[in-house]
Amino acid sequence: MSKSIIGTLSQKKNQILTLWMRNQLSDGGLRDDLMNNEDLRQQSAELLDCLFDTVTDDTLTAPDAPSLAPLIDQLTHVSMSRARQGFTPRETGTYIFSLKDALLEIFRHERKEDSEQLLGEILLISKFIDSLGIVTFETFIQGREEVIMRQTDEMTEISTPVVQIWDGILAMPLIGTLDSSRALVVMENLLQEIVRTGSGIAILDISGVPTVDSMVAQHLIKTVNATRLMGAECIISGIRPEIAQTIVHLGIDLSQVVTKSTLASALKHAFASMRIEVSKANSRSF
Amino acid sequence: MDRIPILKMGQYLLVTIQVDLYDRLALDLESDLISHITQTNARGVLIDISAVSIVDSFMGRILSNIAGMARILDAATVVVGMQPAVAITLVELGLSLTGVHTALNVERGIELLRTKTGGTIEPSDYDEPSDD
Amino acid sequence: MTNPAMIDVEASETLAVRQESDVIQLTSYIRQQVVLMGMSTLNQTKLSTASSELARNMLIHGGGGTVQVEQISMKSKKGIRLIFTDNGPGIADIEQAMQSGYSTGSGMGLGLPGARQLADEFQLTSAVEEGTTVTILKWAND
Repeated sequence: MSKSIIGTLSQKKNQILTLWMRNQLSDGGLRDDLMNNEDLRQQSAELLDCLFDTVTDDTLTAPDAPSLAPLIDQLTHVSMSRARQGFTPRETGTYIFSLKDALLEIFRHERKEDSEQLLGEILLISKFIDSLGIVTFETFIQGREEVIMRQTDEMTEISTPVVQIWDGILAMPLIGTLDSSRALVVMENLLQEIVRTGSGIAILDISGVPTVDSMVAQHLIKTVNATRLMGAECIISGIRPEIAQTIVHLGIDLSQVVTKSTLASALKHAFASMRIEVSKANSRSF
Repeated sequence: MDRIPILKMGQYLLVTIQVDLYDRLALDLESDLISHITQTNARGVLIDISAVSIVDSFMGRILSNIAGMARILDAATVVVGMQPAVAITLVELGLSLTGVHTALNVERGIELLRTKTGGTIEPSDYDEPSDD
Repeated sequence: MTNPAMIDVEASETLAVRQESDVIQLTSYIRQQVVLMGMSTLNQTKLSTASSELARNMLIHGGGGTVQVEQISMKSKKGIRLIFTDNGPGIADIEQAMQSGYSTGSGMGLGLPGARQLADEFQLTSAVEEGTTVTILKWAND
């Protein structure tokens, strides 16, 4: 009866570490500027310990087994700290893959007699290490995604300001591309501010929106309709000539919406419907 | 059986919906309001839905119906206080409350009713709003 | 449509919809569940309105039925999945039923298309003479 794969390997742990270190140090892409050899050996030894503590022959074929969680955690930790130190995903990937060479080399010595068995086991180990490599990539991507998500949230927040420009008149200058999720935030913020301030008129200024396609127009119409349902009026201003052209060419019907070319003319319209008269102080006598 | 109370304020009727309406209650409200309009000669109906968290197509139809029937009886209908989330949901649902006027709150609603019904020769308990 | 295999069901409750007053009970039960989940007011409103539409549909066309309310999770996301099942006459032309404004009953024909619009995911299966199942899903933190 042959010995288990992991059993065989764990007896050779020190040898594996030596081989792995040799592989890493001989690699042209070694970043000894980011991590010195002592730290590298320490990190590699810890990872190997963790690997032999958790992996069994059974879990070798099941990389998502719950019992492997400590190894995956350790690996995630290593990839994250490496990412912070400035390693590229390729360098971290190579780091894990170079372990494969060390393991396979040990195995070639151990299973000299039975090439059939050797082949099967090599494939198994190879697949397992590959899945570990994938974990490091996933960690990288996840880290990036978190950064992107945070930035998106921040951007959405700062890019949808609602300002009260007169008693009862709100303005919301929109800057940047409007996608569905942002359009929803715009609508929610605007309606909430209408309730909070009790404003009867809201001006949505789209001077800073680069393109208005039929989807953006749909969102604008929805916002206008929702505002109306709440009992306020919504004016869309800042419609540049080229935007007016696209709207007509796309066959978008904005006839139910009050549109103005500038924020100033929208404000004038708002004054008129609220029966507010603004004039220079000397031109009127009280 | 519970009913939604209808208050009379001068020439207007005021209804505050405090609960999510089940069908029977909503239909009763519809018929109660219409008979009240006839009895009291009301010129306007104000429905406060600020406490309502769901307006589905059934409820939307009731509101539209009330407005339509009231209009035939020469009364204007104003729905006030719709929550932002409800408004967005109605728009997503594709429901526009045809024939229904809206206002932010009861006070604005009364103002709106006055302008809607102001220009008639009917005698009124209220001062006509002045036009400046 | 998210692969159902990736979704974990944390808790499940089945409610019957037999009469008008059950609709309100259903929507307030759903609201209780999603408030605990931390769903935004807007999404709460959308979900309860969609379930009100579907439950009413089930009463009018399917002679009542059941609603399975499931608290679900997928990775870090939490949400609610609702499965509306009736043993009514079924829908012969699903495509037509999904069109806005199409109605065979007393409604405005906004029930099915409206619910689809309000939910994050929507699935309808129906067999004539056997019944209709509508599944909708809404994520809490989306």
